[in-house]
Amino acid sequence: MLNCHDATRLMSQSQERALSLVEQMSLKLHKMMCSGCRHFDEQMGAIRMVTRAYVQGKNEQEKR
Amino acid sequence: MTTKPNHQEITGNVVHLLADAEFLEAIRRQLLAFATLQLGDIHLAEDAVQEAMIGALKNATSFSGRAALKTWIFAILKNKIADTLRQKQRTVNASSLLREEDEDEDWSELFDRQGFWQPDERPAPWGNPEKSMHQGQFWLVFEACLEGLPPRQARVFMMREFIELDADEICAAVGLTTSNLHVLLHRSRLRLRECLENKWYLKGG
Repeated sequence: MLNCHDATRLMSQSQERALSLVEQMSLKLHKMMCSGCRHFDEQMGAIRMVTRAYVQGKNEQEKR
Repeated sequence: MTTKPNHQEITGNVVHLLADAEFLEAIRRQLLAFATLQLGDIHLAEDAVQEAMIGALKNATSFSGRAALKTWIFAILKNKIADTLRQKQRTVNASSLLREEDEDEDWSELFDRQGFWQPDERPAPWGNPEKSMHQGQFWLVFEACLEGLPPRQARVFMMREFIELDADEICAAVGLTTSNLHVLLHRSRLRLRECLENKWYLKGG
């Protein structure tokens, strides 16, 4: 059974590589029981979105 | 059948890329954001980016596509940044940029002994993160959190998320194994997430 630390490790790696089927299943099972890791997963996507917006200079418009 | 002109030849492709002002501007922005955070000085960053782009384009002979050109410009920029840092004497030498950080980071604040979230560290819902992007104050928090990352984590995080290099390219550029890279990116994301949550989302941002 995955713990939260391992689950976050897989969620991070899924941004660089395709997870194996076993990894995907264990992660899915863990997230069903763990709201913290469900939020973490959403937030990985949010951080990527926010970072790309930052790089594209969205912050410069907002700061002015 | 269409009568599209054939731009498949490599030389034709380079000319095509260099004429694409929108593409070059997008790269310039990514590099500038990266260089500014690395150097802590917008003017030095602008100089470094400009030199890197001119240098890369001047010597551009063959690129199989946009990704290859971007990787090439970025490689030059990294050297410029290392040079500039050396001149500023903020570091002893370029290799210290990539010095090993302590591998035994203590995560007991975040996770208990069994590896489950500590009750007060369990990720909370962020609501609508898109909303925060329209608030100037959010970007100051975001920058502060990025700057709070240990240097090595910050560097690979930015190579991945700012420059959008893939894992193999980053490993080759900074001499890391894939598993080292995964560890560094995981740590950087744990830290960045925690920082944004504590400094922004839990404060009703």
